Parts: sequence; structure tokens; C-alpha cells
Amino acid sequence: MLHPLPHSPSYIDPVVSIESLTGGYNGELVLESVDLTISHGDFVGLVGPSGSGKTSLLKAILGTLDVYDGRVLVNGVDASVRRPRVGYVPQLETIDWNFPVTVEEVVMMGCTMNSPLFPWVTGLQRKSAARMMEHLGISALAKRHISDLSGGQQQRIFLARALVGNQAIVLLDEPTSGVDIKTRDDIMHLLHELNHQGITVIMTTHEINSVAAHLPRVVCLNGRIIADGPPSKVLTTEILTETYGGPMPVIHHNGMAIVVERPHRFGYHARKGEDQDSAGLEHQDIV
Amino acid sequence: MFEPFHYEFFVNGIVAAGLAGALTGLVGVYIVLRKMAYIGHGLSHAIFGGAVVSFVMSINFFVGASVWGVFSALLITVTARKRTIGADAAIGIVTTASFALGIAIISKYKTFTRSFDAALFGNVLGVSDGDVLALALVLSVTVCTIFVGYKLFLFTAFDSEVGRLYGVPTGWVDIMFSLILAATIVVSMQVLGVTLIAANVVIPPIIARMITNSFKRMLLLSTIVGSSCGIVGIYLSYYIDVSSGATIVLVGSTLFVLALMYNIIQARRHRIWSHFRKKPAITRIPFSSGKL
Ligand SMILES: Nc1ncnc2c1ncn2[C@@H]1O[C@H](COP(=O)(O)OP(=O)(O)OP(=O)(O)O)[C@@H](O)[C@H]1O
Ligand SMILES: [Mg+2]
Repeated sequence: MLHPLPHSPSYIDPVVSIESLTGGYNGELVLESVDLTISHGDFVGLVGPSGSGKTSLLKAILGTLDVYDGRVLVNGVDASVRRPRVGYVPQLETIDWNFPVTVEEVVMMGCTMNSPLFPWVTGLQRKSAARMMEHLGISALAKRHISDLSGGQQQRIFLARALVGNQAIVLLDEPTSGVDIKTRDDIMHLLHELNHQGITVIMTTHEINSVAAHLPRVVCLNGRIIADGPPSKVLTTEILTETYGGPMPVIHHNGMAIVVERPHRFGYHARKGEDQDSAGLEHQDIV
Repeated sequence: MFEPFHYEFFVNGIVAAGLAGALTGLVGVYIVLRKMAYIGHGLSHAIFGGAVVSFVMSINFFVGASVWGVFSALLITVTARKRTIGADAAIGIVTTASFALGIAIISKYKTFTRSFDAALFGNVLGVSDGDVLALALVLSVTVCTIFVGYKLFLFTAFDSEVGRLYGVPTGWVDIMFSLILAATIVVSMQVLGVTLIAANVVIPPIIARMITNSFKRMLLLSTIVGSSCGIVGIYLSYYIDVSSGATIVLVGSTLFVLALMYNIIQARRHRIWSHFRKKPAITRIPFSSGKL
């Protein structure tokens, strides 16, 4: 829907393999026996309620979650032993937009650990940053302060930072939250394009209908993995109800699964209509 | 005008104030951007206790205050990182207790009161060659450290959590900075005064931030602003006979107000100009048309 060409993961070489991972923070479990294999060229969407461990799973792939059992391999190497070469795009809501940095400086941060104790950026790094900004269409903005940009452009800055070291895997935490529909589609197009160039994309999202339904692969998470597969198999009433712990009716329309948002009923009428809960939905539509 | 420069103590004082101002301004950029201002406040109070105790035990001031400063800096940084409820309360209690201990000792032995006036509020008098040397040393080490670790400091200050995900040793960066801050406080105590150091760490970076949008320029500007406030403040302090810590902070605050006014005027002028520019035509869609 978002991109005309199908993606083509090669299922022979897993780039990320999570093997019965149990992990969390300060002894508190967040993820329990998670098994997940991600192949080169995959495009995966993680969905699940707040606090279900989506961000934590991304951290596990980056090797910064406390692992209590199992292991995480990135390109065959344990992530907690050697920091994997994986790009990370944080949620834009967590950024301090008042901080005095330009677009270029943020992109350059992606090379920080290539030469940590060298104050200048090398010519090579500058060139690769320029190339990445060009590629993502933000080179004209290089000298601007980060707050002077639109939501889509801001997302591109952090995507450029994540990819500037030629990373083949990129993790994005809710890249489409808090932007308008047009920007969201632009971002998703860009990610699909990058995916077609061979970059493995793993992202979290709360938008099932508009984002997750269009991805090639969706993983439902709630402390453990509830389901994993193409959206047509995964986005069903049973699976989503189990994932979110509440009724999530799904209907199919033109071969597309759509989660139906139930009307909120408050006050007097809510009490009256309590017995006909899934009112308004035709039963044969619900999968 | 140049009369005070005939006194050696004044020359020492003004050099020390310039160096101390530059040092606090420079260190302050990281502290302010990293939102660690409370650490500056806590640490300066903690170190005062160490200074008094080392004086009573007739240990060299720099040695005693430094040991105490390093200890408190590590304690504060590690506790603050835990982010459990009560961590900041614990820091508050430990540092103010240390400060109170110092005050208690001073008031018990009245003879100390005069010599500790300087440590509390800053004084031009009694700045020795050794003080100037110590300031110069700490300033050079700080400049070198910030220069070499520039990228690590920038990433940690901008977003330490994501920095960690990118492999930046953010824990070490924070520890490094609180040690630098501790050293800064120990050496500039004489001129700036413990009770007012925290203000000198915060004011110059904020003024610099109002003038520039660039991290590099902010480092430079904040150093210059801090240094100028120090020099002007101590000059005033000599003429109006007020403790140097207070005059330096007052000069900084005045500059801050000026910078604020400059910002407001800039913004307003911008608005007035755009008022005169040609306005784009607005396409109006009548509400009443019923159909589009
Ligand atoms: N740094 C941390 N220290 C301790 N606990 C944490 C930390 N980060 C997250 N947690 C806990 O781990 C659990 C999972 O959090 P996580 O951020 O992975 O959820 P999420 O699925 O990303 O949620 P959201 O959709 O709201 O972003 C939560 O219960 C949270 O309280
Ligand atoms: Mg999250």
C-alpha cells in the first residue's frame, strides 16, 4: 500500500537472533523467554500496549538491556559482549529541542565512537555525513538549528545519524508518533525505500491500521511474543485481544485487516447499552 | 581608575577573578545543558565543610577540600544516576549537613570567622600567588579535557540515554565532569565564595545560550562572559567595598537582564518588520456555500 514493490528478505542469514531472552531493569523482568529471528532485509513492526517492552526489546538488540537468561546475537556476535553496529532512532518526544546544535552536528554524532577522543570530525566522516544528508534530502538544512524544522525533516535528521556509519540495521522507536498523516506517509515511504536498498528495519508503533497493517511483518508483544508474521495472519481479533488485554475487534475490508475503534460511551447511555457490547459491528465481519 | 592596580593583591585578585569566571563559565555549559545545576549547588556546600574541617585539622586547604570534593562528587553522581526516589533528598541532606558542620565549627571558634568570610562570600584580599596558579592549572586541564572529549561531552549533554545506546561511556563522562566541577569549586572558592559559586556556574551559560544557537560558540561565549563578569565584578567590589562573590553575581545578573531585553527587542523588531512585508493572499472558502 505504501510502496509498490514487495520487500525481499533473504531467510538464510539471520542478522538478529534473540534466543529465549529474559531481561529487564534492576532485576525486574520486562521480557520473558522471547524468541525472535530477523533476517537481512526484513521490515518488522513491533506492536503492543504501553509498557509491553517494545522499547526494551530494541535496547536488547543494542545490548543495553540487562539479560538474565538467553542471549541476543547480532550478526552472530553476542550484543552484550560487543556493541553491535546498529542504528537507533529515538522517539522524537524525548529530544531536547532547545539544545544548541545544528542538523549537521546531530548527524555527526553518529560517528562519535569511531574516534571518541579526537575532537575533530575526519574528512571521511564529514563526507559520509554529507552523503547521508543528501540521500535523505536534508543537506540544504545542514546549518539550521534542529528546532527550525518540520516533523518529517526532524525524523530524517535522526535517521541520518543512525545510518551515517553505514549501519545495515536500523531500529526506530515510534517514528510516526505525533506527526500528521502526510508526514507519516513520507516517513514510511522513506523507510520502505531504505529497506529496498538492503537495510533491515525494525520499528515500534502504536498505529495498527495506518502503519502496522502495511508492513511485511508484524510482531505482537506483551512481555512475551504473542504472534509473529504477516499482518494478514497476525492482525486478528484473538491475537490483538490477547496482546492488548481488551477487546480489539478486527474487520476485513478489501483484503485489509482493520481494527475497529469502538465508540466511547460515557454516562447515562453507556449504562443503558452495556449488554450489547459489540453493538454496531456486524458479526460476520469480525474475524 | 588604574589606582588599585598598584597593589599586588589587587592584581592577583583580578587575575584570579578572570580565571575563576572563565572556568565556571566553561564548566557551566555542560552542567546547565545536562541539567545538573543542583549538583553545582550541592557540591559547593559540601566542599565548604571539607575546607573548614581540613583547616581545623591543620591540613593544607587544597588537599583537604579536594579529597572531600572528589568524595562528594563521586557520591552525588552515583546516587543521582540511580534515580530512585529519595536520591536527590539524600544528596540534599548530605551536602547541607556538610555545610552546616563547617558553619558550626566556625561559629564555635570565633577567631576563624574573619578568615572564612572569604570562603563563604569571596574576597579580593588574600588571593595568593598559589591561588592564581591553582586556578590556571585547573583551567588548562579543563580546557584540554573538553577539547579532547568534545564529541563525547556533546552527545552526553544532548541525549545521554541515546548516547549510551551509541556506545558513549556516559557514566564516565558524568563522573569526569563532576570531578572537574569539584576542582573548579575548590580553586575558585576564595574569589567567588561557596555560597555564590553555583550562580556563577549557571549565569554565563544562560547568557551565552540566549546569544547563540551553536554548542561550540556557546562554550566560547560562556567562558568570555564568565571571565568578564569576574573582572568587572571584582573591580566594583574594590570600589564599593562589597564581597567579590556578590558583585560578580550581580554583574552577571545585570548582563542577563540586558541579554533578555536584547532578545525581546529582537523578537519585536522581527514582528514589526514582518508587519510591513507584503502579506500573502488568503484563499477564503465561504462557510455558507453548502457544497464545495
Ligand atoms: N530505564 C528503565 N528502568 C527501569 N524500568 C524501566 C526502564 N525503562 C522501562 N522500564 C520499565 O519496563 C517496562 C517496559 O517498558 P518499555 O519502555 O519497554 O515499554 P514500551 O512497550 O516501549 O512502552 P511505550 O509504548 O509506552 O513506549 C515498563 O514497565 C517500564 O516501567
Ligand atoms: Mg517505548
